[in-house]
Amino acid sequence: MMSGPRLVEVRQKFLKQNDLLARALREWFRRAGVYVVSLVSSPGSGKTAFLERTLHDFARRHSVAALVGDLATENDAQRLRRSGARVRQITTGTVCHLDAAMIERALEDWRLEELDFLFIENVGNLVCPASYDLGEELRFVLMSVTEGEDKPLKYPTIFNTADVTVLTKIDLATAVEFDLEAAKETIRAVRPGMLIFEVSAKTGAGMIECWRYLEERRNEARAGSALSA
Amino acid sequence: MHELSIALSIVDLAAEEAERRGVKVNAVHLRLGPLAGVVKDALLFSYDLACEGTPLDKSRLIIEEVPVMVHCSRCETDREPISLQDLRCSVCGDPTYEIVQGREMEIAALEVE
Ligand SMILES: Nc1nc2c(ncn2[C@@H]2O[C@H](COP(=O)(O)OP(=O)(O)OP(=O)(O)O)[C@@H](O)[C@H]2O)c(=O)[nH]1
Ligand SMILES: [Mg+2]
Ligand SMILES: [Zn+2]
Repeated sequence: MMSGPRLVEVRQKFLKQNDLLARALREWFRRAGVYVVSLVSSPGSGKTAFLERTLHDFARRHSVAALVGDLATENDAQRLRRSGARVRQITTGTVCHLDAAMIERALEDWRLEELDFLFIENVGNLVCPASYDLGEELRFVLMSVTEGEDKPLKYPTIFNTADVTVLTKIDLATAVEFDLEAAKETIRAVRPGMLIFEVSAKTGAGMIECWRYLEERRNEARAGSALSA
Repeated sequence: MHELSIALSIVDLAAEEAERRGVKVNAVHLRLGPLAGVVKDALLFSYDLACEGTPLDKSRLIIEEVPVMVHCSRCETDREPISLQDLRCSVCGDPTYEIVQGREMEIAALEVE
């Protein structure tokens, strides 16, 4: 029988595969007791520098590891390995973001139970990573003082998928006449109530506050899962 | 740009659905929120490429843009924010903390024959 054109309702999320896998990863991370934090930012905002210091110093108190996404090079992973922490590079080739399948593959042979924290450095890009859930518990968006105060206005979506803003390279703030209050106002216009840290990976300023926050969040998460277990 | 990989997955989903129903797809209707992180024009452009050599070749992509909605606790209802850059309630001006709509990326319907 022939019939003319008609509309059939479908309702299919088109990143459903990624969402489902991310959900499975999140459950795996929770069972293993590892707290997973991802970092997104423009290229060069200081993700690797933030992690270098974190892997080096925070690792004295916790078992910490990292996955690093990069289009082509192993450089960031090599920088991070100097800390002695476990680091695996995910080379994405032409793909401008990490997705849940890449995370799953990278962790295949890991014993997550041995870790307290896992950090994931996404590809430097403020657009594409916004669409992909990686199963992380927290997403940090980094923004350096050298980028100007209005980044959030240009990329509201990434600020809205992140949980925390980290203002980086704060040691350069005076030199580049960065207006901290204006930046905070802009961030909180795009994302009311957003938590903001100010750090310098170079001098170490503000890093302890970040780590303390991560410890608190991890303790909360563990208390929560102990209750529900 | 990740719109090409998204276009490919749309074509896959639609082709699968069409095969299951034994129909030919003339158009795919999407619902897209501004906070989905997908650029509409780039997606439209990628879609034609993604369709080439598939059963969806020459089909159209029709994108319905879904507005962002936030929950305003003062108004006790869902409202549009002032803008994407200013998530305050467009009616009372209070800051809002919960986005209830605007991240949509879904195939809503297929036009088939
Ligand atoms: N002064 C100063 N420079 C910094 C700081 N953090 C990073 N940098 C410098 O900024 C540049 C980029 O830092 P990275 O840590 O490589 O940035 P990234 O975000 O990992 O970059 P991609 O991975 O390429 O996206 C390097 O030259 C760093 O030395 C900081 O706190 N202060
Ligand atoms: Mg890096
Ligand atoms: Zn209101």
